[in-house]
Amino acid sequence: MGATSTTVIVTEGLTRSFGSQVAVDALTVTIEAGEVFGFLGHNGAGKTTTVRMLNGVLAPTAGRVRVFGLDPTTDGHRIRARTGVLTETPALDSRLTARMTLLHFAEIYGVPPRERTRRVDELLALFELEKRADSKVGGFSKGMRQRLALARTLIHDPEIIFLDEPTSGLDPVAIRDVHHTIEQLTHRGRTVFLCTHNLAEAERLCDRVAVLAHGRVLAIGTTQELGSRLNRGHRISLEIEAQDIARAVKLFAATPPVSLAEAVTDRTAVRNGSATIVLHGVSRSEVPAMIQTAIQHDLKLYRVQPEEPSLEDVYFALQEL
Amino acid sequence: MNWGAVWAIARKDAMVALRTRAVVLPLIIVPLVLMVGVPVLVGLISGMATRLDVPSSDMTELAQSLPAGFGEQYAGLSEVQAGYIYFILYLFAPMYLVLPLMASSVVAADSFAGEKERKTLEALVYTPTTDRELLLAKILGGWIPGSLVGLVGFIIYAIVADIMTFYVAGRIVLPNPLWLLLAFWVGPAAAALGLGVTVIASSRVNTFQEAYQIGSLVVLPVVLLVVGQAAGTFILSDWLVALMGLVLWALNLVIFAIAAATFRRTALMARL
Repeated sequence: MGATSTTVIVTEGLTRSFGSQVAVDALTVTIEAGEVFGFLGHNGAGKTTTVRMLNGVLAPTAGRVRVFGLDPTTDGHRIRARTGVLTETPALDSRLTARMTLLHFAEIYGVPPRERTRRVDELLALFELEKRADSKVGGFSKGMRQRLALARTLIHDPEIIFLDEPTSGLDPVAIRDVHHTIEQLTHRGRTVFLCTHNLAEAERLCDRVAVLAHGRVLAIGTTQELGSRLNRGHRISLEIEAQDIARAVKLFAATPPVSLAEAVTDRTAVRNGSATIVLHGVSRSEVPAMIQTAIQHDLKLYRVQPEEPSLEDVYFALQEL
Repeated sequence: MNWGAVWAIARKDAMVALRTRAVVLPLIIVPLVLMVGVPVLVGLISGMATRLDVPSSDMTELAQSLPAGFGEQYAGLSEVQAGYIYFILYLFAPMYLVLPLMASSVVAADSFAGEKERKTLEALVYTPTTDRELLLAKILGGWIPGSLVGLVGFIIYAIVADIMTFYVAGRIVLPNPLWLLLAFWVGPAAAALGLGVTVIASSRVNTFQEAYQIGSLVVLPVVLLVVGQAAGTFILSDWLVALMGLVLWALNLVIFAIAAATFRRTALMARL
């Protein structure tokens, strides 16, 4: 199945249907150890179904899958001993305290009794839950629940961590903390399978991304690879005198290789009498030529910013295909 | 078998269920009404009838259906006094089984369907337990509290019944072999039956109430036992109770074998 010694997940034509509806359609992907792999798609794209199949809690309708070289349909319990799954909803029993929750799962995952208390205390501290460690989860905020669920996911120090929408509904501070945790995990060589519909999150954290729509993978690769494969999304933004904006748009629209010149009209683009124009289809290497053109036509330049194609560009471009 | 995980899940299920009002209330109210309220009420009426020397009309008929040796054992008692002891020892005996049945059903309903309702089941299915371990954990989590409630109910009943039979007839009647068999042999089997049915029901419905209602249907055979004995169709004897326990355990084996063969977390997740 094309796996190497460091390959931890391989799927080949992995498919799952619910009646006539195909949730995951012929997914073929290989994930290496230590990689942060993003599974990017809208709600209902098949992300959660894939996580379930990879962990042997949902049977595939067709296709092959191996995790750590094991078949999840027959060795699910062995795989789950080495993976941690943060489910989309925290799935916490509101009648237990945070400490009881972690101790309970530590016992289920077979964390040795002598290490349990230390491990639980470490995670409570890591996720800043020590002060509420003995409070019932029912009284926790959404952010605290998510942090506790993440702590539970890591209780047995898993090799692969599946995170299903880990920052959904969190405030910016909690999101930053979750991102920091994911970065720490990757520094420790853990493999992270990140399901998200948050493009910025995927772009920031993932080594590679699979873009998913209606159960099908539209593309897999790094953000840069995906951008260049689509040959679109390269652009530069120029900050010029606001009064020259109409003239600049006309000028650059006729200047190769610009595919589109547009004035940015939102509030952030207009300040101190200057305005921003975005030139699409212009890569970093063509920036000097664009500056030269501006100077030749007496346009005052205050700032030039080449921009790589964002994941957002790639995502929407793929959706349009 | 990963016994550590099985025990952890079973212990947590039992502990958390016993902290839940919807579970605890029936576990307190039903034993109080059944094991205390009924014997006290009937005892008070019988005691008053004895003291007022009220003639009994049905005792001749009752005497014909009394178990062998009962008449000799309680010779010298009035018909009302003997009737009360008969009620305590025999007529009420099948009702006792409601206790372990109900207790295990209510905990089991909380365990599977309750977890689905609270959306906590998904975290559990991702643990490194096999399907059989998960099922066994859920069964033990209901069976242990169910059996314990049954045993505690028996102790309470024995104390209350002895106080009341002493008040009515000046005799202490419990424990006797029949009730010991009921408490330690048939009761745990009834608890297992209640939870077996409820666990199977729980994996197919989505709320605690639905699971509990389906699980409660296992109380129906108990009602038949009560009616059958009251109608004089049969009288419980030590041997009959021992046989009843054997049949229940055999039935449990069949139910759990079916559950083990059919329970799949993959099927459970497909419905989530």
